[in-house]
Amino acid sequence: MLKSLIGALVPLLAAVVALAFGATMLLALGASPVEGFSAMFDGAFGSGSRIAATAVKATPLILVGAGITIAFRANVINIGGESQIIAGALLSTVVALSFPDLPTILLVPAVLLAGLVGGGILGAIPGALKAYASVNEILSTIMLNLVMVQFMNYLLRGPLIDPYEMEAGTRIPQTQRLSDNAMLPNLVDGTRLHLGVPVAILAAVGAYLLLWRTPTGFRLRAVGHSADAARASGMNVKRNITLALALSGSLAGIAGAILVFGSEGQRMVTDGSAAGFTGSAGFNGIVAALFGGLHPIWTIPSAMLFGALLTGATQLQRVLQVPAALAVALNGIIVIFVVSSTPVRGWIQRSLSEAGLFNRHNDTKTENPRHSRSEPGGLSDMPDPSEESGNV
Amino acid sequence: MSDFFTLSVLVATAASGIRLATPYLLASLGETVGQRSGVLNLGVDGVMLLSAFFSYWVVLKTGNLWLAVLVGVAVGLVMGLLYGFITVVLNATQGISGIGIYIFGLGLSDLLFRRQVGTPKPVRRLPDVDIPVLSDIPHLGPALFQRNLLTYLAFLLIPTTMFLLGRTTFGLNIRSVGENPSAADSLGVSVRRTRFAAILIANSMAGLAGAALVLQLGIFQPNLTQGMGFIAVALVYFGAWRPIGVMCGALLYGLVNATVLQWKALGIIPVNGSDLAAMAPAVLTILALVVLARRVSAPAALTRPFSRH
Repeated sequence: MLKSLIGALVPLLAAVVALAFGATMLLALGASPVEGFSAMFDGAFGSGSRIAATAVKATPLILVGAGITIAFRANVINIGGESQIIAGALLSTVVALSFPDLPTILLVPAVLLAGLVGGGILGAIPGALKAYASVNEILSTIMLNLVMVQFMNYLLRGPLIDPYEMEAGTRIPQTQRLSDNAMLPNLVDGTRLHLGVPVAILAAVGAYLLLWRTPTGFRLRAVGHSADAARASGMNVKRNITLALALSGSLAGIAGAILVFGSEGQRMVTDGSAAGFTGSAGFNGIVAALFGGLHPIWTIPSAMLFGALLTGATQLQRVLQVPAALAVALNGIIVIFVVSSTPVRGWIQRSLSEAGLFNRHNDTKTENPRHSRSEPGGLSDMPDPSEESGNV
Repeated sequence: MSDFFTLSVLVATAASGIRLATPYLLASLGETVGQRSGVLNLGVDGVMLLSAFFSYWVVLKTGNLWLAVLVGVAVGLVMGLLYGFITVVLNATQGISGIGIYIFGLGLSDLLFRRQVGTPKPVRRLPDVDIPVLSDIPHLGPALFQRNLLTYLAFLLIPTTMFLLGRTTFGLNIRSVGENPSAADSLGVSVRRTRFAAILIANSMAGLAGAALVLQLGIFQPNLTQGMGFIAVALVYFGAWRPIGVMCGALLYGLVNATVLQWKALGIIPVNGSDLAAMAPAVLTILALVVLARRVSAPAALTRPFSRH
């Protein structure tokens, strides 16, 4: 009881710290924190269409976040969300450009599938490099982010550029307007709520079921828990590491397809940077996953919160002229706080158990808080990435 | 293509390559010290962005370049204190903490820039300083010895880092807590203090790298680094945790970038072709990681928090 209370406290405290930091920043920038936060809340939840916009903003975060949890549970770190989103978007765009006349009922699943495949490939590459060549996945995923940004720029300024942009000589790096049949159908008139939102939620639920209700998920978690034990019981550790990153990437890839086919402009467009297309969802998804305690289901409300932060920040900029980048800085604070509160929580539990507040059974668990059962919002089963990432 | 292979263009490309290598070199050398102590800092890019912004802002307001450099280093130190507190005192997971630092630096530098400056305004740049006699060597002189002081400093820091790590007690302590913290601890070396000091060195050098970047460009914009800090971290692996190897990596990056810019300027490759060429360093790094992964070993305790039980 006490234990799960402490578990739920971490994200709450993180939110309080982020709010306090946000208030300080607002004050420092000469804006009233009360006005600021109410503008943000109004921007995120003020009307039906704003709630829909928040949900749409949260969609890629749910997908990337659910993918991150799969990777983390297998003890691999996926920092390549950006590259996987871009790969999914590019492949799905190519599919939509190749088969513009397919009916919606076929084309929408086709572009989502293409996103999944594109992202999956960009996940499988660092996965295989880690499994079969001992290449540290943190570095390879970061490098692939840099590679894919340039590849996207190349395609959008060259082979995939809108022919009109070539004629007009403006050369804005964007594709032509993509087929109406490929666009994700709108679910509620007058809002931007589209099919991508339920797809993301289903994917997160799917990630949960995969991890805890299938033999595949059991193997992934077993490998994450102890690669040696998994190997000893006959599991193919290398294949599972590759699979974990491929699955993680494929969810991010779907997010890429949704970013293109749920966009108002009905096309893929960049400003030359990764964030120009992804809105940094590849990184913000990590934040959402951590805040959700690395549990796919809890990633959904967590991602909604960060979606709200993003739409709220846009409103903040409109009303109080405080740059929306405040939301990004707050995200960073939250990551730092959640990550550093995990060991702190371990201390609290240890000192409580020393004070006799836990019985022996709990006591043994708190010895190694990383491996105790997951609890909502906690980071207790966050695998320790140090075990494998020591080598290159 | 023949336009490129004229002596003056090659010299100019080498010169700009060395200039472009400077921020990579500074950040990577610092990160080498940090990683040799067993601490991975993925937040280098965020630190560079923050120090670049503050350096830029100081030049914009005061016009004083050296004050700007000092402020850049100071920002790095402050971020080092934060990162040291998180990873050494609280023993938080290093990889993700660094990503937190990165996101924080990215957001805060963007926020401050938009609020305090708004649109990019050019500022004074670091002047090139000719080294007497040496700069008169034909061709080589202009490329190597007509650079700015931070570039000279970056290259001087290579032997300094080698000396620090290889020949001093402090360096030995750094290496021992990076390889076997328990053994170092039992010999009376304070793992925490040594790692904290290494983190402060790494972060102040990342701060210096941010200052060098912005003061060489003379302009700031949000996300100025575009991932340079991450590359700097990768260069440490690329250079097998050795200052000379790191220098080779930084020069490779600088020269490839300079060549791409030069080709673009000369119209040798089309605009989108340069995007493809810009992929080359990252692809090369991945290939290098594949080749090196089984041949060189990282500090054994890299990314492992230390606690006594």
